[in-house]
Amino acid sequence: MDDLLREFLTETNESLDVADVELVKFEQDPNNAQILNNIFRLVHTMKGTCGFIGLSRLATLAHAAETLMDQFRQGIPVTTEAVDLVLITVDRIKEILVEIEASEGTEPAGSDEDLISQLDALSAAPAAAAAPPPAPIAAPAPVAAAVAAPAKSVMNGAAAPVSEPKPGVAAVMQQLERALKPGEVSLDELERVFRETAVELPAAREKLAELDNVKASATAPAPAAAASPVPASPGAALPAVRDAAPAPTAEHEAKAARAEDHALSVSNQSIRVNVTLLEHLMTMVSELVLTRNQLLEIARRDESSDFKVALQRLSNVTGELQGAIMRTRMQPIGNAWQKLPRIVRDLAQELGKHIELEQIGAETELDRQVLEQIKDPLTHMVRNSADHGLETTEERRRAGKPDKGTIRLSAYHEGGHVIVEISDDGKGLDVARIKAKAQENGLATAAELAKMPDSQVFRFIFAAGFSTAAKITNVSGRGVGMDVVRSNIEVIGGAVDVTSRPGAGCTFTIKIPLTLAIVPALIVEAMGERFALPQSSVVELVRVQPNSFHQVKRLKEAPVLCLREKLLPIVPLAQLLGIADESKEQKFDDALIAVLQVGNQLFGVVVDAVSHTEEIVVKPMASVLRQLPMVSGSTILGDGRVIMIVDPVGLAKVASSPDENLGADLQNTAAAAAAAQQQTTPLLLIRAGSDELKAVPLSLVTRLEELEVNKVEHVNGHPVIQYRGALIPIVYVNEKVKRATTGTQPMLIFSDEGQTMGLVVDEIVDVVDAHLDMQLSSDAENLLGAAIIDGQAAEILDVGHYVEQAFGSWFKRLSGTRDKSGGKLLVVDDSAFYRNLIEPVLKGNGFEVTACGSAREALDRLGGETRFDIIVSDVEMPGMDGFQFAQAVRGDPQIRNLPIIALAGEGAYDLVERGRAAGFTDYIAKSDRAGLIAALKEFTGAIHGEAA
Amino acid sequence: MSQHVVIKQDVSPGGSQFVTVRIGPQLFGLPIEAVQEVFVPDHVTHVPLCIPQIEGVLNLRGRIVTMVNMRRLLGLPDGGEASMAVGIEHKGESYGLIIDSMGEVMMLDHAACEANPTNLDPQWAGLTVGVHRLPGELLLVLDVELALARLTTDRAA
Repeated sequence: MDDLLREFLTETNESLDVADVELVKFEQDPNNAQILNNIFRLVHTMKGTCGFIGLSRLATLAHAAETLMDQFRQGIPVTTEAVDLVLITVDRIKEILVEIEASEGTEPAGSDEDLISQLDALSAAPAAAAAPPPAPIAAPAPVAAAVAAPAKSVMNGAAAPVSEPKPGVAAVMQQLERALKPGEVSLDELERVFRETAVELPAAREKLAELDNVKASATAPAPAAAASPVPASPGAALPAVRDAAPAPTAEHEAKAARAEDHALSVSNQSIRVNVTLLEHLMTMVSELVLTRNQLLEIARRDESSDFKVALQRLSNVTGELQGAIMRTRMQPIGNAWQKLPRIVRDLAQELGKHIELEQIGAETELDRQVLEQIKDPLTHMVRNSADHGLETTEERRRAGKPDKGTIRLSAYHEGGHVIVEISDDGKGLDVARIKAKAQENGLATAAELAKMPDSQVFRFIFAAGFSTAAKITNVSGRGVGMDVVRSNIEVIGGAVDVTSRPGAGCTFTIKIPLTLAIVPALIVEAMGERFALPQSSVVELVRVQPNSFHQVKRLKEAPVLCLREKLLPIVPLAQLLGIADESKEQKFDDALIAVLQVGNQLFGVVVDAVSHTEEIVVKPMASVLRQLPMVSGSTILGDGRVIMIVDPVGLAKVASSPDENLGADLQNTAAAAAAAQQQTTPLLLIRAGSDELKAVPLSLVTRLEELEVNKVEHVNGHPVIQYRGALIPIVYVNEKVKRATTGTQPMLIFSDEGQTMGLVVDEIVDVVDAHLDMQLSSDAENLLGAAIIDGQAAEILDVGHYVEQAFGSWFKRLSGTRDKSGGKLLVVDDSAFYRNLIEPVLKGNGFEVTACGSAREALDRLGGETRFDIIVSDVEMPGMDGFQFAQAVRGDPQIRNLPIIALAGEGAYDLVERGRAAGFTDYIAKSDRAGLIAALKEFTGAIHGEAA
Repeated sequence: MSQHVVIKQDVSPGGSQFVTVRIGPQLFGLPIEAVQEVFVPDHVTHVPLCIPQIEGVLNLRGRIVTMVNMRRLLGLPDGGEASMAVGIEHKGESYGLIIDSMGEVMMLDHAACEANPTNLDPQWAGLTVGVHRLPGELLLVLDVELALARLTTDRAA
């Protein structure tokens, strides 16, 4: 393909894109002559070029379109059909261009007679009806021609001689004995183009105006005379020329000339450069930057060097050069939006909606590579908004909104990123539908969904194969889409999020980096090798040390980091990259963790060392290395060494999926973290009598005190102490706990129902949030069992036992206020731990407790000999859940009147209503022991009261 | 970090010049037009999770060169430190073939090139296009394109 043709293709494609946009604008604003002129000029130029390089088919087609456009300029009414037809023509031209490009310059065979005849018909019809002025083109011609001649001299000669015009020239020039062929340009057209070019210099323009005046008088008999002063003072001349027959043409041309004036001065300052040349420049500058970095490092070592000043200068220049080259790669984001007005217009037609597309910040610049990457996602999202974001006109009317729906595209810079927002004023996302769909697709359980904030629910629309479109239109709703959008955006290190308000519309926010070529990165080390982590994904760095605030815990095998309120899965970088020493067991006692965020996923990456941050120049990997999962590119550091750029998206994939190599049980991070968070119990770790850790649920402990040994007194041979004005019994955890004779000893205070006791231990070790997984149940009566906490076995103390030891046998007389039996309770909970925890507490409060592990077992017990006064049941249980259990109880005439108290996790308030409907009498949060006891007392009291 | 070998470009009809290299015990010949330069690999950065035939990447005057371990590509046992590499360009990318040692540049007659013996290890036969009989030993003509194409197929495997 020769250069000329290539140039033609690029230019014509650009013009067509502009024409698309302009046509849509024109349809909305048919009276705007400037837009019309723009389009006319584009089509006209194209026609001319086509004829010039011998593309006759294109030229013919463009000519027909141009003729119609010209009729518009003559003032025929602009109809939707006409614009449609021109748009179709533009499409046809595009198709032909594609084929020309594919065939390296040959025009495809075929006829456009269908379109041409329609175009011609449209141009002819109104022309006949409205009886336009005869020979509209020829009329102003003398003026144009005559003006052009002196204009030439204005251009060439500096002095711009206001010489005697030669009116005769124009007359001679216009003689052409035959009709113009399609694609041929009439002389006066040429002159017109020339004249438009000539008005470029303001000085020349003034001269032209003068000339025009001269001309006006000189060519007074010509019909165009009235219009000729227009270039000089269009405003004043306008009313005068409105009625003159050829006026529209002259007026338009005047305006066109001015528009041209502006456009040309801009385009004259820019040149077209091949992208590969820019890429090459970019590489060279990168090299320069690297060399400079090397030099700077040498200079740093050599204190007394003379070249420091020069180097500093070089450094600055290099920096500026880098910036300038970067800017050449920048393009306004509007380039990616260019096709959208047309798409929206077509969609609106197809869907029968009124849609307005607002564009804000189209001039926001970003790297062309990034621009290419977001074009498709943007188009998709706008289509989505038009199709199922905005309601139909009737729906909008019913909702009291204006007929016309608005889609707003906006872009702006924010902290090294470009933020693009696509918002519509439609009906918003349907939370219920998304929830239903998420559950159907197995993305979350009903319980999880119930607790989720809406913002989190909305994010499900980015999950693969997730479409809530009720009906599949040919626009969208085929179940592919938003997940592709998300992955496309994440590939370039961006993120996408959505917010929505029911009835008011929804907004998608895309955050993308300005450029991909140079990125700030954190240089880290793993197994003696350095790697670059893109800074955009790094949220923070955390150092974990044996005594530090943050700790690495293990859930089964999987290491997790407790970071403030979050639980993050962590992965060692060396292991992910396959360079870990397999023989060595991973320990995270003293570790550096980079917390990364990819999309909505947070996770930690364990590195050996963090060195510094650096602006790195991203070099693509060789083709044979391109498919590697964890590495996205390479870069050269200041010391000349090549290092790998780690791909956060790749890391996130491993961090979020269970991997055999890791032996890990990491589920979907968010879900795992959420689930783990629910299941962790704060535990107080203590030592008593031996080196093994013991633990007490922190919720049971009222205070931690230091027991002053010399204040211990004895009552009945049992130790007591005065505590806050009361005498409280103290109990040692076991026989082996040291009995200090002087000083102080740590003591846990338990307080319940006005009864307070102290439990003396050897040492208070720590408070941890641990996942309680009761590994062993215990026969020892002071233990609930043992659990693995933080990788170590710890015995869980049975507080109830100590309470009973303190008050039960020996102190009954002292406390003495309790009923023999508060009532018979049936406790149903699938968690052995909770049963073990609550049973002694309830017993300590005087209830007779029977505990069951499942609803079935409970129903069996209820059908048995024992008569219960009250049932306490968990809501969430495997098999038959609490609701079904309550319904079963209510359905049994024998026991239907038993009060049932529901226990459930905190915050699930929406369950309350459901619980009442199922037959629960009351609802208590699982952690609210006092509330539970109060409720039990109330109910049993009522029962006993009735009995009495 | 790199040495340059001045390579003479006199082409005589009927024959072409080969750069001879030794990989393990075997002498190979590379068409001289394929060879850009010869250098000593220094500071090779390992690429995580890549195939073992790729030794890593290094910075050669601002270009990132992918280093191919020829011993591994040919199924030979590893032999100590990488001492020498031949720089070649393939589809716009730079590669370095790590070899044991560099020999002389030889003019060999096309007519003297014999086909690969049928019992040649298929792993080798896939990379070589013929054999030259030199005094005292045999020289296998290595096809650079085939060798680099092997990297892609090995990756897929």
